[in-house]
This record gives sequence, structure tokens and C-alpha cells, in this order.
Amino acid sequence: METRTMTINMGPQHPATHGVLRIQLELDGETVVKADPIIGYLHTGIEKTAESKHYYKAIPLTDRMDYLAPMSNNLGFCLAVEKLLGIEIPAKAQWARVCLTELTRLNSHLVWIGTHALDIGAMSMLLYAFREREKILGIYELVSGQRMMSTYFRLGGLAEDLPVDFEEKMRDILEDFPSKFNEYEDLLTNNPIWRNRTIGVAKISPEDAISCGFTGPLLRACGMKHDLRKANPYSSYEKFDFDIPTNDGCDVYARYLVRLEEMRQSLRIIRQTLDGMPEGLYRAHAPGIVLPPKEKVLTEMESLIFHFKIITEGIHPPVGEVYQGIEGPKGELGFYIVSDGGPYPYRMRVRPPCFVHTVALKKLCQGGLVADVIAAIGSIDIVLGEVDR
Amino acid sequence: MGLEEKIPDGILLTSVDKMVNWARKSSLWPLGFGLACCAIEMMSTFGPRFDLARFGMEVMRASPRQADLMIVSGRVSNKMAPVLKRLYDQMPSPKWVIAMGACASSGGVFNNYAILQGVDKILPVDVYVPGCPPRPEQLIDGIVKLQEKIKTESVKKPA
Amino acid sequence: MTVTHDNIETKLREAFGDSILEVLHFRDELTFIISKEFLIGIVEFLRDEPEFAYTFLTDLTATDWPDREQRHEVVYLLYSFDSHTYVRLKVRLKEGEKISSLCGIWDIANWFEREVYDLFGVEFEGHPDLTRILTPDGFEGHPLRKDFPLTYEVPQFTYNIDDPPEVID
Repeated sequence: METRTMTINMGPQHPATHGVLRIQLELDGETVVKADPIIGYLHTGIEKTAESKHYYKAIPLTDRMDYLAPMSNNLGFCLAVEKLLGIEIPAKAQWARVCLTELTRLNSHLVWIGTHALDIGAMSMLLYAFREREKILGIYELVSGQRMMSTYFRLGGLAEDLPVDFEEKMRDILEDFPSKFNEYEDLLTNNPIWRNRTIGVAKISPEDAISCGFTGPLLRACGMKHDLRKANPYSSYEKFDFDIPTNDGCDVYARYLVRLEEMRQSLRIIRQTLDGMPEGLYRAHAPGIVLPPKEKVLTEMESLIFHFKIITEGIHPPVGEVYQGIEGPKGELGFYIVSDGGPYPYRMRVRPPCFVHTVALKKLCQGGLVADVIAAIGSIDIVLGEVDR
Repeated sequence: MGLEEKIPDGILLTSVDKMVNWARKSSLWPLGFGLACCAIEMMSTFGPRFDLARFGMEVMRASPRQADLMIVSGRVSNKMAPVLKRLYDQMPSPKWVIAMGACASSGGVFNNYAILQGVDKILPVDVYVPGCPPRPEQLIDGIVKLQEKIKTESVKKPA
Repeated sequence: MTVTHDNIETKLREAFGDSILEVLHFRDELTFIISKEFLIGIVEFLRDEPEFAYTFLTDLTATDWPDREQRHEVVYLLYSFDSHTYVRLKVRLKEGEKISSLCGIWDIANWFEREVYDLFGVEFEGHPDLTRILTPDGFEGHPLRKDFPLTYEVPQFTYNIDDPPEVID
């Protein structure tokens, strides 16, 4: 008797695909013979839109790519354009950026753990993760006024100075979160159901990982100790003391452990930034390139003229191209900007970590069961806004 | 009219419209349909702080055949539009649509070749909730307005 | 020996001579403009030389310069885990010219090249499945080319001076 494989469509609308990902599965019973991810259902044309906007006006577009870690995207874009312009950022702005970017990493990892656990079956984790996340969104609202798409970083530094009760509220978070992370670990790490569903699932060898372009927690879960914050430091990360967690498991459980430890290291970095936050300017002083602070615009004539010229005509960076990669929560997020001297970026290319990791789904799902496909998608921490841009 | 004095306790008199509308508005079941950033705010609204289950939306149904409210949360690209229409057609009547966010209402920040400029080009929308993304309180306000709208419907004219 | 821009440039010119058309230095970044026939040779040289070890393909993209005769410029960005440095290779192509695919060397080149084909129209020889990936099936044109319009929809404002909308209380 001849048996045929069955082709099933795990469509764009699915409770466990974290967005509009479509996977075509070829099944032999319950085993996956072939898995083919199809993307493009959220293609927004951000790269094309950015070519028609001034450098300052393109910052809100970058928020909406990886919408779980909006400040990371802002940081990547601002660092790339600042590298192109060749301006120095003051120390206070750099430390504040580090503090908020690590908070953003926490934000992203909390949503990851909530939705990943929900897919595998631990429904209460979603509620706990979102409860913690509300505090982080409170900080975003405090600094910028918006809960999610904060657009708080500007070329040259920050949009506004840090508010007076910033440190107090951040220290509340630092006191509160460690015990909550211990709670998550109690719930999941030694839980036999969690271990059965994640150990040995979606394994990939380190050589395949490099060939598939893995970066970030996925590469660290294969044993490679590589983190752009230590290898190519940016925005004064070299001044902070933190560890890079790795694990040799190469499976879903290893990725879970790596990310959980990363959350704790982020808290460590945040504590160091709060303890030693320098005084000074929150935005670089570079007339003609960087927007002057609002207080000066309302009182000094020169600042008013520069503000007017920058907003209406735009800035004119030198001709050339730069690439700036940062260690985002999902992996290496890179911005490649080509400038032809005009006020609009000639080409803004985003190197999306989630796009690169989605390709590996073909290898990760092969030979596993259908339920393992769900675990694999969760472990990749996919955000479709970044895959499709 | 004196009739209420003659009937025993525990009986209410009302019209069929009011009964049916009250039942429908208090147990709207949304379809689990999140596209982009607004979906995360929708998940927050279902989360522990802005609990949406107290408005009757206890479960979020994954299958369109069992849902009666579609909250289009996020930007609709041209590739996704036929899928959206198909899902809407699969939902049984009575059904309602909330366009959540600026991108679903009118295209939002993105005015280009890839994004449908407003989901009302392909679906009939009942309530538009603006914002990028709208706060959970705004979404709850939109849902309450939808409930007010359902109160004014009539069984004689199907939705 | 530490990897510096000069080392890489000298070694590459020794091995490949005329196929290195131009070298650019800008803001501490090194870019080589190479001719397309030697792409795979140069990439394998950079990957296999033990002191360079550029084993990681970070990015593969393209830029469109419609005013030039060679309008497409395909950009490859390589990274080395040992020396923590990037190197950028650029290949210039005329419209309709094909370039060899890197799918045999890195798995991720598969989707990167599909995206470049979709958005720019550059074709890659030896690619197993060169189809559209981001735009809908049946989409005509290549969106990120400069002559493809943004397709901006002008907002329809109506100034209801003569016919004001009804106010519903």
C-alpha cells in the first residue's frame, strides 16, 4: 500500500504563528517531511518610504519594524547616521541610551517568554509577563509620552532630558524584577512538561548556524560566545561590566536558558548606568546638523535659525556609505545607509535578524513533529514586522 | 399599565430587540487576528491590567467560524488583503468589524505601494479607533461604542 | 598578524590583481569594488585564509543608480568572528546582467538573493528557486528601483462649506 504525504497550510491567520507567518508543511502522519515558510504578508515598503523622508523624519518609521523593541531600532538608525555625519555624542546621552536599550531588551524578552510559553501550553506565563511589561511601558510613557513607539532617540542624543523621577521609577523596577524572574524560573526550568517539550527539539549544529546567518541568542545557544556589545562596542558599552551567557544545547531549551540569563544581565547593566549616570548635555552641540534643544530655540536667535533650516531643508551629510550593527534582542540588527549628499537617505537598508532566522525554519522543523514546529517558531522569537519590513 | 402588579416577581417585560441586542453585545467573541504593532496593544488589553474579559470577551476564538467580532489590528498589506476578505466572509452573521489603529483606518504612517489605505476599502467597518497604537483605554472605549451601536440594531433588519 | 585594511588590500591585490577595481575607505570601513567573474573566488579566499577567516555573511543587498550605465550595485558584507571586522564587496552590473549565486557557500544567501531579485530585478545564476518573496505574486515591477513611484495616495479632503455634515448627539 502506497502512502502519500499530506500538504497542510499553517496559514497567515493562526493563533501560534506570532503574526502573519505562513508555513506550508508536508506531513507524513505527524512527522514533518518539509517545512516551507512563506513571508511577505506584512511588507510595508519601509525602505522605499525612508528614501523620501528627511533623516529626522525617518526615525519614527524605524520604530514600527521590530515593534517589540522599538528603542533598539531607533538606536541602530541614529548610530548609523551619526557615524555617517561623524559627530560625537555626549556621555550622558550615551549612558541614557544604554539604559533604555537594555530596558527594551527586557521588554522584548518578556513578550517572548509570555507568548512562547503560551504556545507550548503554560498559559499563566503570558499574564505574568504582561504584568511586568506594564511597568516598562510606564517608563516609556514617562520619558516620551507614548507607550510603545517612543521615538525617544534623536540624531545627536535624546529628544528631551531625562525626567526628574526617572531614576526613582527605574530603581523600583530593579528591586521588583529579580524576584519575578526567579518565579519564571521556578515555573519553567525544572518543569517536566516544559523539559519534555523543549529539550532536543529543533536542534541545529554550530556550523549550520553560521551558514544560516544566526546571530544573537540563537548563536549563543549553539555554544559560540559572540556578542556585538563586546566584540564591536558602540555607545559606550565598553564601560560596563556584564557576562555573555552561552549554552551548548543548540535546542529550544538552550535558547530559553540563554535568554533568561540575558534578562538578568540586562538588569545588571541598568543598575550600573543608574549608579554612574554622568552630568552634561543630552544632545550633541553641532550647529547645522543636530537640532538645538527646545529651550534654546525659544530664547536664542541663532538656534532658531538653525532649527528652521534643519527642519525645512534637512541636513546634508557627506557622500558615502556606512553600516552599523547593534546587538538587538533578536540578533544583529544592522543599518546600511548610503548617502549622496542630499537631505534624503539614498538607500536605507535594514539587516533584519528575524528574516535571517526564518530561513532556518526549514532545517529546524524537518524530521520533527507538528507540535515541535510551534516550539521552534517560538524559540526563534519571530516578529513579522521586521521580517517583512 | 397595571400589568406589572398582576404578574409574580422575577419576570421582566421587554422587547425582542432589546433582549437579543443585550445578549449579543455582552458576549462578543473576537477573532484572534493580530497583524502588527496594534496586536501587541490588543494583547495588553486582554492582559491582566486592562482586562477585557469583564466586557464579555472571555475567549478569543482562533477560527473565524466561531467568532463574531473582527478587530483588524495593524497594517494590511496588499498581499494580506484577499486573506482578510476571505476570513471576513467565513464569519457567520451577525458580525462586526473594528478598525484598530491608524493603519487599519486609513493607511497610517505608510502611504505607499505596499499598504492598503484603510481596511474599509474591502470590509464594512463599524468603529474606527485612531492611534498609533491606540492605548488600551482607547480600544476599550471603541468597544463600548460598538456595544452602544449594537443596542440600536433590530432583528427585523439583519446586520 | 593583526588584520588591518592594508593587509587585506595587499593580499587581495597579490592574489587577484586586476579584478579589484577600486578600494574605498570611509569612517573606518573597507570596501572593495570587484568584477563579477571573480566574486566566488574572492569570497572563498577571504573565508579560507586562516588569518582573515571571513566566515559569516552578514548582509547581501543592492542599490540602484539609474544614472550610471551599470545601474545595479550588489553589496556583500562579510564578518570575521576572529578579528571582529567587516569587509564590504561591491559588484556593478548593467541592467539584465546576471551574477553567480552564493547559495552553495551560505544557506542564508538563498533568501537574501530572492529579496534582491524581488525588489531590484537582479537575477542570480545557480539559484534553486528565484521567485518573489515580499511583494504579492503577480506584482509587476521592482519596487526599490528609483523609477518605480512610491504610489502615494493623495488624501481626499472635502471642505464641507456648502454641505456640512449632520451632527449626531
